[in-house]
Amino acid sequence: MELSKLTALELGAAIHRGDVSIPQAAQAALDAIGAQGGALNCYLTVTGEQTLARAEQLQKGLKHARSPLYGVPMAWKDNICTKGVRTTCASRILGDFAPPYDATAVERLEAAGALSLGKLNMDEFAMGSTSETSCFGPVRNPWDLTRSPGGSSGGAAAAVAAGLGWYAVGSDTGGSIRQPAAYCGVTGIKPTYGTVSRYGLIAYASSLDQMGPLGRDAADCAAVLDLLQGRDRRDATSLDGDYGGLLSSLTGDVRGLSVGVPMECFGEGLDGEVRRAVLAAAEVLKGRGARVAELSFPVLKYAVPAYYIIASAEASSNLSRYDGVKYGWRAQDYDDLTDLYTKTRTQGFGLEAKRRILLGTFVLSSGYYDAYYKKALQVKAAIKAAFDRAFHQCDLLLTPVAPTTAPKLGENLGDPLNMYLSDIYTVSVNLAGLPGLSMPCGFDSKGMPIGAQLIGPHFGEGKLLNAAHAFQMDTDYHRQTPEGGERA
Amino acid sequence: MKITTELVDYISQLSRLSLPEEEKEAMAAQLERIVAYMDLLSQLDTTGIEPMSHVFPVKNVLRPDVAEPSLDRAALLANAPARDGEMFLTPKSVE
Repeated sequence: MELSKLTALELGAAIHRGDVSIPQAAQAALDAIGAQGGALNCYLTVTGEQTLARAEQLQKGLKHARSPLYGVPMAWKDNICTKGVRTTCASRILGDFAPPYDATAVERLEAAGALSLGKLNMDEFAMGSTSETSCFGPVRNPWDLTRSPGGSSGGAAAAVAAGLGWYAVGSDTGGSIRQPAAYCGVTGIKPTYGTVSRYGLIAYASSLDQMGPLGRDAADCAAVLDLLQGRDRRDATSLDGDYGGLLSSLTGDVRGLSVGVPMECFGEGLDGEVRRAVLAAAEVLKGRGARVAELSFPVLKYAVPAYYIIASAEASSNLSRYDGVKYGWRAQDYDDLTDLYTKTRTQGFGLEAKRRILLGTFVLSSGYYDAYYKKALQVKAAIKAAFDRAFHQCDLLLTPVAPTTAPKLGENLGDPLNMYLSDIYTVSVNLAGLPGLSMPCGFDSKGMPIGAQLIGPHFGEGKLLNAAHAFQMDTDYHRQTPEGGERA
Repeated sequence: MKITTELVDYISQLSRLSLPEEEKEAMAAQLERIVAYMDLLSQLDTTGIEPMSHVFPVKNVLRPDVAEPSLDRAALLANAPARDGEMFLTPKSVE
C-alpha cells in the first residue's frame, strides 16, 4: 500500500482496520519530509522523536479510538501555539519562543488522536500572499520549484500537495488558506468567523483571522472541521452553533442547489485559463442538478482597500506586544527602555510586517482615522449587506480564488500593491465573516493547478463542503499529484 | 496624498520603529501608492452606514468572575530574553 497516495480518511480507515500501524504511517511521513522537505522549505520544525513516541502511544490506545482521523499524521502552521514546541510565525522577533500552552485547536485535534509531525513555514506573521516574507526563506511550490506556493499558509499547502503529511491546519485572514490551496492543487476551507476558537492562534488581524484545514479533498476537510469547530470560553468571539456532522452529511446531492456567479469576479484582470476552468466547474455542478445564475456584486472593487486598512490597523495594534521583554528575541546594545523596544522591533520585524505596522499606524492616527479606518468599517458593512442580498438570491457563490495561477518566486517582492491586488476574490469573505472553500478545478497550460472558490452564508460550511464533494465525485483534479500519477 | 519622509518618521516613532535612512524614501513611495489606492473608498457613498467592527451582534460576553490559577510563573518566564527567578528584566525606566 502506497500510504502517501491515500487521503487522510483512507489512512485513518486503514489504521482502524490494522492494515497499517500509526508508527509506520508516522515513519513514512518523516522519511518523506527528510527526502523532500528541504527542497520545498515547507517545514520549520519537525518533531521526529516526539512524533514517533506519540505514535507508539496512540497505537496502544487504538482500540478505544473513535475519530476517523485517529493517528493520521498532520502538521500545524507555525502561528498556532504548540506547548513546548518552537512557534515562530516565521519571524526573527519570536526567536525560539516555545509556548507554555496549546491552542484550543491543538487540544481539540489531539484529544481526537491527531499526530503532529511539526510546524509549517508561512509568510511572517501571516502577512503576505506568496510565503516569501518568512525569515526562514521562501517556500517552494511542489508543482514547480521556481514558483510560489501562495500564502500565507504556503508551507501547509505545499506539504499537503507533496504528501508530507495527510492534512494541515492553517489560518486565513484575507485568503491565506484558500489561495495557497488553489496554487498547490489541494482543498482548503476558511470557516465562518467565530466557529473555530482563535485561542492560541497568534494574532494578525483579530476581527478577520480564522483557522481551518487544508486537505486532499473536501471529505478530509469536513472531518477536520468537525473536530475544530466549537465554542470556547477562552475566545469571547467564538460562537454557539450546531457543530459536527459535516462529514456524515456529505451526500454529493446538489439537486436544486442554486449557485450564483458574480459577474464582477470574471472581468478584467482575470487570466483566461483560470476563467475557463472556474466556469467549467459551474457546468459540472449543473450536470449534477444545481442551478447556476449570474448575479451582480458591484461593491467587490472596494474589498481590497477596505481589507488592507482594517487588517493593517489591527496588525499595528496586535504587534505592539513584541517588545523584547516577555518572550522572543531582544536586540543588543540599547541605551534605555525605549531604545530597547525600537531596536528590537526594527531589527526583529521583516519589511512587510513593518510596512503593515506603519500603514496601520497611519490609518489610525489623528487626522486620518475618519478618512481611512472609519470609512473602511463602513465599507465592510456595505460588503456584508451585499452578501446578505446575494444569499437571498442563491445558496452559494462560485468565484475564482485568485486572478492567476502561482507566480514565479520574486515576482511580487518589489511591488507590495500588486501582491495586495491578487487578493481581490478572497478578502471580502473575511470582511463579511463568511465561510469560503477553495477546490482544485483544473490546470493551466504550464501544468499549474487552478482553484475555484465557493462562498456560503454564515454557518454554510455544510453546503460548501457538500458542493465541493459533489464536484470531486465527477472530477479528478484533486487526485493529481505533483510527481505525476493519481491518488487512489 | 503625499507621504513625506517626515510623515514616515512620525508614524515610525509612534510604532517604535526606526527605519534606516536608505529605506525611508522607498517606504514613503510605497505607502503613497498604497494610500492612493485606498482613496478608491471615497468613491463609495457611505452616508448613513454605521461602521461595523464585528459581523455578528455579539457584545459584552461575560463569564463568572472566579479566581483560578494562572499559568506557572517559571513556565511564563522561561521565554523571556532577560529574567531572574521572579520577574522580567528591563533597563531602568524611571530615574
